[in-house]
Amino acid sequence: MQYSEKVMEHFANPRNVGEIENADAIGEVGNAKCGDIMKMYLKIDNGIISDVKFKTFGCGAAVATSSMATELIKGKPIEDALKLTNNAVVEALDGLPAVKIHCSVLAEQAIKSALWNYYEKQGIDPKPIVGEIGECEHCH
Amino acid sequence: MEKKFVYADNAATTKVSKEVLDAMLPYFTEHYGNASSIYEMGRYAQKCIEQARETIANCIGCKPTELFFTSCGSESDNWAIKSTCERLALRGKKHIVTSVFEHHAVLHTCQALEKQGFEVTYVPIDEFGYVNPQDVADAIREDTAIVSIMFANNEIGTIQPIEEIAKICKEKKVLFHTDAVQAIGHVDINVKDLGIDMLSISGHKIHAQKGIGALYVKSGVPLLNFIHGGAQERNKRAGTENVPAIMGFAKAMEVACTNISERMSKITAKRNRLIDGLLTIPKSRLNGGRDNRLAGNCNVSIEGIEGESLLLMLDHYGICASSGSACTSGSLDPSHVLLALGLKHEVAHGSLRLSIDDSTSDDDIDYILEVVPKVVKRLREMSPVWEDMVKADPSLKY
Repeated sequence: MQYSEKVMEHFANPRNVGEIENADAIGEVGNAKCGDIMKMYLKIDNGIISDVKFKTFGCGAAVATSSMATELIKGKPIEDALKLTNNAVVEALDGLPAVKIHCSVLAEQAIKSALWNYYEKQGIDPKPIVGEIGECEHCH
Repeated sequence: MEKKFVYADNAATTKVSKEVLDAMLPYFTEHYGNASSIYEMGRYAQKCIEQARETIANCIGCKPTELFFTSCGSESDNWAIKSTCERLALRGKKHIVTSVFEHHAVLHTCQALEKQGFEVTYVPIDEFGYVNPQDVADAIREDTAIVSIMFANNEIGTIQPIEEIAKICKEKKVLFHTDAVQAIGHVDINVKDLGIDMLSISGHKIHAQKGIGALYVKSGVPLLNFIHGGAQERNKRAGTENVPAIMGFAKAMEVACTNISERMSKITAKRNRLIDGLLTIPKSRLNGGRDNRLAGNCNVSIEGIEGESLLLMLDHYGICASSGSACTSGSLDPSHVLLALGLKHEVAHGSLRLSIDDSTSDDDIDYILEVVPKVVKRLREMSPVWEDMVKADPSLKY
């Protein structure tokens, strides 16, 4: 199992680590039992993700995918963030070892979970917009 | 802080020592004969192998004829267990007693035999990582073919009550095998005094090269062929002998089995300093008891962080270590050893094993103790698990 240089770079210097005070949305996925938890904070202005921060408990790939996912959605409209797939995160990181693909799934789900929270807070049913957030196959 | 290189993973493998390398070199280009050949160079190789066998036999207190060279510790484990089970199954003995925290070379061998109809009893360990001999006694049945309990655990270093277990097996007339791959050279082992019937050892944990091991089998205990072919290893294991590896292994054993208690007390002092230093990190714990523990083994769990991230960051600082986290094994679950101790999954995920040896300096220990807390702090800052722990107990601020 080898990590790409990009994964190692994002692990060593993760982007957007931390919390956002008074975030407009917070999402959390995974569980400590399986070894990965991602928490995503979003600041949303006029439908644009103006800021994003994350906290992750997990392996090198979990940190790197969180970092990359935040980079891919920062400054983008919500619609784009909703379309972000785990494959796009994997590609942006120049690939992931097969046993670590589930980390990229978590990253995708963390964003969706935060956006779910965003709509819920506004009294809008998130389901038709965000869609089902599947369970991580790795954990269940 | 100046970056250093500190190898603290000697339980995984060790550096080949200069004296071992010197003992091996002539057998590559000078005395390269096949030990089965009739001419002088072949006879010489044969003679050297037998001298090496005698050296190693002396180290563990057995006769040279009771020692068989193998390619590794895993092979020795497989051979001892499979041979005994295959043989005794013919007499209706289809039960194995082992422990829950064996090395996979033993566990997976037992699991393979389960698929062939054997029953296996996995005796538990206590919260400090020791097998209770009484549990072994209670597990032995009329149809038990073999008991296999490791001498010392590879992850947490706990040394098992081998003499007592061997005595129980003798009383109950069951063969006793022990995987001593981690213990050899770290603990005085005399197979006769301890009453061991079969014992596995490996070279690369004691500064010999990878790819050489041995199996001790008490005379009178039948041993089935493991590799069919030529007449090497008294017709039991075919394959041209790896003469340089055997010569290096003998040298490594000679060195490792000399002055063990003196050498180990020095390593233990450093190891204890390491453990005490790491335990100053809040929400950390030592895995396995401190007494009856391999001198160089330190295994701690640090809550709120995950092991693989920790290893990658330590690697960044030049420190080589290992972890029992699931992510480092590529499987779903963290280490079976840590779970057997009763650790929760999330605590087992944050484990760190540092295994030091004679060459580890006080400066190395200082460096590790400087780097680990720094790295832990960084990982905890980005950990939502730690965030929740601090929310629950604000005094944890770290």
